[in-house]
Amino acid sequence: MSILSITLFLPLLGVVALMFIPRDNSRLVRQVTMVFAVLTFLASLMIVPGFDFSTRAIQMIEQASWIPSIGIQYKVGVDGMSLTLVIMTTLLTILSLIYSYRVEDRVKEYNLLFLLLEVGMIGAFLALDFFLFYIFFELTLVPMYFLIGIWGGPRKEYAAIKFFLYTLVGSLAMLLAILLLYFNLPADARTFDVLKITELRPLAGKGLIAALAFWGFFLSFAIKVPMFPFHTWLPDAHVEAPTAGSVILAAVLLKLGTYGFIRFSLPIFPDMFAQFAPIVTVLAVIGIVYGALVAMAQTDMKKLVAYSSVNHMGYVMLAIAAAASAYNRPELADAAATALNGATLNMLAHGVITGALFLIVGVIYDDRTHTRGVNDFGGLWAILPKYGAIAITAMFASLGLPGLMGFVAEFLIFVGSFAILPVPTAIAALGIVINAAFFLWTIQRVFLGPSNPKWLSLPDVTPREMWALAPLILLMIVFGVYPKPLIDIINLTSVQVVSLLK
Amino acid sequence: MNVADIRWILPEILLAAVAVVLLVVELFTPRDNKRLIGTLALAGLVPVFASILTLLGDVGALGSGVRVFGDTFTVDAFALYFKLIAVVAAAFVILISLDYFPGRTPHVNETYLMILFTTFGLLLMASASELIMILIAIEFVSLTSYLLAGYLKTNAKSNEAGVKYFLYGAATTGVMAYGLSLLYGITGATSLYDIGAKLGQGGALSFVAVAMTLAGLGFKISMVPFHQWAPDVYEGAPTPITAFFSVGPKAAGFAILVRMLTTAVPVEAVNWPVVLAALSALTMTVGNLFALQQRNIKRMLAYSSIAHAGYMLMALAVLPSAWAQTGLLIYVLAYLFTNLGAFTVAILASANVRSDDIPDYAGLSQRSAVTAAAMTLFMLSLTGVPPTAGFFGKFYLFAGAIDGGFLWLAAVAAINSVVSLYYYVGVIRAMYLMPAKVETPLAEPAGLRVGLWVAGVATLAIGVLPQPFVLFVESARRLIVGN
Repeated sequence: MSILSITLFLPLLGVVALMFIPRDNSRLVRQVTMVFAVLTFLASLMIVPGFDFSTRAIQMIEQASWIPSIGIQYKVGVDGMSLTLVIMTTLLTILSLIYSYRVEDRVKEYNLLFLLLEVGMIGAFLALDFFLFYIFFELTLVPMYFLIGIWGGPRKEYAAIKFFLYTLVGSLAMLLAILLLYFNLPADARTFDVLKITELRPLAGKGLIAALAFWGFFLSFAIKVPMFPFHTWLPDAHVEAPTAGSVILAAVLLKLGTYGFIRFSLPIFPDMFAQFAPIVTVLAVIGIVYGALVAMAQTDMKKLVAYSSVNHMGYVMLAIAAAASAYNRPELADAAATALNGATLNMLAHGVITGALFLIVGVIYDDRTHTRGVNDFGGLWAILPKYGAIAITAMFASLGLPGLMGFVAEFLIFVGSFAILPVPTAIAALGIVINAAFFLWTIQRVFLGPSNPKWLSLPDVTPREMWALAPLILLMIVFGVYPKPLIDIINLTSVQVVSLLK
Repeated sequence: MNVADIRWILPEILLAAVAVVLLVVELFTPRDNKRLIGTLALAGLVPVFASILTLLGDVGALGSGVRVFGDTFTVDAFALYFKLIAVVAAAFVILISLDYFPGRTPHVNETYLMILFTTFGLLLMASASELIMILIAIEFVSLTSYLLAGYLKTNAKSNEAGVKYFLYGAATTGVMAYGLSLLYGITGATSLYDIGAKLGQGGALSFVAVAMTLAGLGFKISMVPFHQWAPDVYEGAPTPITAFFSVGPKAAGFAILVRMLTTAVPVEAVNWPVVLAALSALTMTVGNLFALQQRNIKRMLAYSSIAHAGYMLMALAVLPSAWAQTGLLIYVLAYLFTNLGAFTVAILASANVRSDDIPDYAGLSQRSAVTAAAMTLFMLSLTGVPPTAGFFGKFYLFAGAIDGGFLWLAAVAAINSVVSLYYYVGVIRAMYLMPAKVETPLAEPAGLRVGLWVAGVATLAIGVLPQPFVLFVESARRLIVGN
């Protein structure tokens, strides 16, 4: 069993272990969960030494026969993009679990679902067989449904079922698209192997069927990202989810969509994607501007962060659409690779930054004030110096302040996209301005100005909260100042994907 | 007729013998012994099961099925597969009945005998390959089913179920008998094989004949527009019996339908793929839309079973596709365990909360983690969420539809699956999201607990490790006579 499979199945082992712990022993449940989460994180780090940085293709492939009658196998592997995403997933799971020590209600179920969710997320990033990918993709739905539905806010039931229904629509569209790919392979070479399908491109030049399959994948990933106009589940799910659920939802689950676009849609349907890139571009730009404007109008901080996600994921989609537009245009290959570098880096940056922002909102809401209205505060920095510093750093990172992680990602996206799609990119720059405006305005309303006397006696960040937040703040700064190692890894995938766009 | 051919009906003989012997034993069983006959019936199904497996080996060794008794009876792997399904369903239903009927009716022991007799009819249905035989087999199953549906004499709803089932069944069987007589009139033959050879180019009359036949079979599988009986019968019949109806006669109905369509009705004679595709889309949509409004778990599962008949009909529309054939067989297996599991939970829950209303399942997860988790698994399997048996079956059916060129039908089925999520999750929501009124652990009788585990493990196993099931089903599929 390779290190990839160990990383993938460790959390599952944790789920099994939890089943045997009596549910009133919350302490033991939390400890066992944490042990498995840390082991999984360490295992994911152990992938790095075996990773060959001179190869761009997917490597460390492990495969085993699973349902040979119909060409389905267990097949996993990593490249630069999935490696970084997996490590981000395992890290954020730990931080979310640290934050979740405060959860007192139905602790065993909570922790069990969290580990199950981790299996689904890691599996989706590692899977190299469409059937396997589909199973992991879906496996994330059920735990998230419960996390929102059981431990969520006042409208949790509505938000949970809405999330489930939306995502299932997309999933089933993708399932049909996968089957279209499968049945258009030559009868003796039918397989669900992602690499073989990428190589053979069974639907190249197939007109309507290819378009349908492309839109099938598109629907699935666009709902997940979420792109305008498929985003309406997101504010509900994010606002109602418990803090750790919002963190995972924003940081990891949304990335499944953009990951899918880069891993599957671009290499398998480059011609279709190029043909429909204008539509995707327009939707991405609308998402950027609309997301930012709506975020600005929010007075609920959690909703504000949720809509800022629509905006940030819009940048990623803009870069992907730009790369798609570079199909068969070798002179734009460098720009496309830069855009994809930015896209992937922004997936990571958004994970770290927005993950932190949801924790920050949670810190003030869950245990202290039970309100998160932007106008209910004021001068909070003076009362809570540590909290204020952390929150303001994260918000600056989110608005794209140079020296922090978000800036590097957005910069690369804009540089790369501008060379390919100048006009849409210029419009998208408007989003940056609005984004900066509402975060600054939020900082001003919440942290500066006269203190609200109601909150004068609030305690500052506890050690538990600090443990959950500090690593993220550290990452924002480290990769904001010195992003090279990260970009070097990501670049492998970007160049590889761009080389397939012909 | 060759006397040696009798060995091909050994399962039927054994089952009839067990049932008749138990009938006599029952006479001498004291009234207050409520368990003896049920236990003996379970034990009696073991040799029946074994004899089917033996025949399966024989058929495999022969490399093809056999037709015996002047083509009235076909024993091929396909038939044997459906016989296995029928016996497993019967055994499961007897198991979950053991704790259900005592206290509800003074005539506990006769129930098990009625289940055995119904199963006998199901075995006949799986093999029937001649018009008279088909009619007799279906009538046999129907008559015992009417009795079972109305079994709780003092319960008004059970009475209603029995009468409705009877009236509806009688009408549709009448129509079917007329259709069969037309088929005989056109071809002068009653054997499906001869009809297939003589139906030729068909024409309007053969279309009418096939359509009328579909009425009777459509009633058995609860296909729209012959489905209206299902909700009331499902609600009124004793719950284990409802569970039986939802899998046993339904699977056998599909077996006959497949056999008729593949052997007796050439596509050139009657263009049934398009008709069945339309009926499939209609059936799943109607089932799902009505299921959305149900509060009662049995009514919900009734409409859900209509919807699932729609999914399975999808395979019939594209029967030449190997994917569709395998898909149908896998789906039947997946549906068998999933649905029986769901009904087991329904029995367990109603024994504790004294209600079949889904909102009364509130907080069940706090009262029994295993039961709630298993029910969640069954609901997800019925929706088709991986990694469950239901997903794998649906995956196969979707693949079959696409393979057969019916992409639109697969899309309709996909949309229907999303709709169905809403009401299946309604059960999960009640169990996990709604607060419990009382926190006492559920009382879980042993029979129900065994049933729950069997169904749960099977539902998960078919979803996670489907390869052995696929191999088994593939071998059954390849050995359909005339395939």
